[in-house]
Amino acid sequence: MRPIKTLQKLYDEESQVVITEKGSPPRALFFGENFLLEDLPVGTRVIFPRPPMAGVPNTKAAIRWAINHPEGMDPLHALLRPGMKLTCVIDDISVPLPPMVTPDVRQTILEVVLDLAADSGVDDIHLVIANALHRRMTEAEMKRMVGQKIYDAYYPDRYYNHDAEDPDGIVELERTSHQEVVAINRRVAESDLIVYVNVNFVPMNGGHKSMGTGVANYASLRSHHNPKTIRESDSYMEPKASALYKSNTRIGSVIDKHLKVFHIETTLNNRMFGAPLEFLAKKEEDYTEADRLKLQAALFALKHTPRAAARKIFNSVPAPYDVTGVFAGATEPTHAKTLEMSWKQYSVPVEGQSDIVIFPIPFISPYSVNSVLNPLLLQVMGLGYFFNLNRGVPLVKKGGVLILLHPAFDEFDPVQHPSYIEFFNRLLPETRDSMKLEHKYEREFAENPSYVHLYRKGNAYHGVHPFYMWYWGENGRQHVGKVIVAGAENNHVPALLGWDRTDTLTEAIEEARGFMGRSATISLLRIAPTLLADVKL
Amino acid sequence: MPPAKAAFYDVDGTLVKTNVVHVYAYYAMNRGSLLGMAGRTLGTAASLPLFGALDVVNRKVFNEFFYRYYAGLSEDRLITVAEDMFEDVLKPGLYEQSKDLIAEARRAGCRIVLVTGALDFTMRPLARYLGADELIANKMQFVGGKATGKVIPPIIEGANKANAIRDYCVKEGLSLAHCHGYSDSASDYAMLAIVGRPTAVNPDMRLRQLARAYNWPILDLK
Repeated sequence: MRPIKTLQKLYDEESQVVITEKGSPPRALFFGENFLLEDLPVGTRVIFPRPPMAGVPNTKAAIRWAINHPEGMDPLHALLRPGMKLTCVIDDISVPLPPMVTPDVRQTILEVVLDLAADSGVDDIHLVIANALHRRMTEAEMKRMVGQKIYDAYYPDRYYNHDAEDPDGIVELERTSHQEVVAINRRVAESDLIVYVNVNFVPMNGGHKSMGTGVANYASLRSHHNPKTIRESDSYMEPKASALYKSNTRIGSVIDKHLKVFHIETTLNNRMFGAPLEFLAKKEEDYTEADRLKLQAALFALKHTPRAAARKIFNSVPAPYDVTGVFAGATEPTHAKTLEMSWKQYSVPVEGQSDIVIFPIPFISPYSVNSVLNPLLLQVMGLGYFFNLNRGVPLVKKGGVLILLHPAFDEFDPVQHPSYIEFFNRLLPETRDSMKLEHKYEREFAENPSYVHLYRKGNAYHGVHPFYMWYWGENGRQHVGKVIVAGAENNHVPALLGWDRTDTLTEAIEEARGFMGRSATISLLRIAPTLLADVKL
Repeated sequence: MPPAKAAFYDVDGTLVKTNVVHVYAYYAMNRGSLLGMAGRTLGTAASLPLFGALDVVNRKVFNEFFYRYYAGLSEDRLITVAEDMFEDVLKPGLYEQSKDLIAEARRAGCRIVLVTGALDFTMRPLARYLGADELIANKMQFVGGKATGKVIPPIIEGANKANAIRDYCVKEGLSLAHCHGYSDSASDYAMLAIVGRPTAVNPDMRLRQLARAYNWPILDLK
């Protein structure tokens, strides 16, 4: 008989994985701005997220403790001098998803840091949003992120978005040993001290990527945001397997050599849903009668709600995340602690890969906050992010089938994603080859004055951003044998993306089994909330 | 080496919040004699609904009809008034972001060309101010130093704007497919359609529809 301790361990490791049996309840799965209630074939392995970890009891106290006991640096108060130039660089709205209930943790950090700076006689302070080539955040979003008081005191002259295309606003530091350009925001480069305010959502964020990507420009980003680097990255979430991470480390090391950067990193748990939708984070086996009723009510309401309205409703529901850890100090030791905490929340051990993997795709992505999950973003969710939610080994076998659950509608937001429209309609019909797209068209889109203008003055993603989205799916595309989008409402979107389509999940599974054989193994990543499959072979 | 390219800008309504009627009204106001000024100002005001209607029906007819009002004005006077008119009407009417837009095109390696249905002498100070490399505009016919009220054909509007752009690209060895075009009006559809990179700027309703149908970017300059 096994000792109790081993049984306990077994239970902890396996409790997030459920094998579907005859009589198992149907699964509530995200399907864009809707849900599907689906019966899965017997033997399907359903992988659930871990339950939310307990948050720190007092976030402000945790922040104060972290900045007084930093990793590899003096405490923050010892770095502050009267009359110095201080810049707080802040992660943008692309994380967390959905945005968190106010006060956002970034606001809480800034409240602590700005008070401390004021007490130390520092008054030349700028707050710069590290939006890189992402869209500028709107005034309302900026206000929500830092709270009314900070917003009123700093916006617009001292609280603003980074502008990667400002001809006078970028400074080039020395190049890396690999000749990568290190070009960053001028205000940041000319500051005596930089405090990086991070909110960590997945292990890919934070660390050297914060500064190396967040306040850089196109010339700098293109040294790692390219198909070659992506192909050489076996996993985005695991630093040692990621060429992208290594390039960011080289760039970040040059930044650390020239500038004094004090990182404050935070980790969140995965409490993504508030009371009305909390049941979505549960296993269906654990649903109460009230949960089942809530699900039926949600399905009924969404059936009778136009998509745009449902989108609006979903976008206006924030997530009640708790802060699970605050870490501060030098880039690498701080980030090591962040990664450890992040894995504790997200990692679910899984034995072996599957022939067929199903990803239900929700309504939101890091690049569609308050906007539309357009076909290119659907692609990046499936082949970029979900495919890479693992440690080292993908959940799907080489040459296997990915099934995405999403309507794959042909909708774009011309305000946020103008260059995506041209990329999708003009370039994809010609080629889906990332190398060719990069070589032939990337620079043209990056330098298109209309797209530059929309990035700088409007709220549009940079002209080059759809290329990055396409490259992001590259190692997924190279790995899988076939992608089927189940429930696609048209033919042309899947066709342009190089995918098959079916009306239902059942048909998709049938087609996938036809491709992989009748004995093909199936896994479903029951997401959201976020989870990372720690696949052991 | 990337192909040589240019960015072609319509002026009225695209870079500047004015149109040819404003410009003419300025001339009318500065006619010189009190009687002439009053007469022309009132005449212009009275004709505004007609201008509006003609513009909607046919930009070419509108332009031909409109330029007749310049008849009899001396060339020297027109050029002098153009400088004042630039300071008083065009410069304050420039969208704040127009200069940025042009600077962005220049950074991307584009030559800057203004293409406008207005008369060349009225636009020259603006072209100089914006640092444009070329101005494609209508030319007034002068006889004995006086304007005849006729424009030397072809009148730059509609399809002729597109022809002028094509000719310019051939002459200068530019790649039309890599050129950018900017306009606010559906009457410039031909000009936008001929360049490889068209953009609608503060577009009217028809152009907005066209831009959406063709997936052209839409800019709202302030």
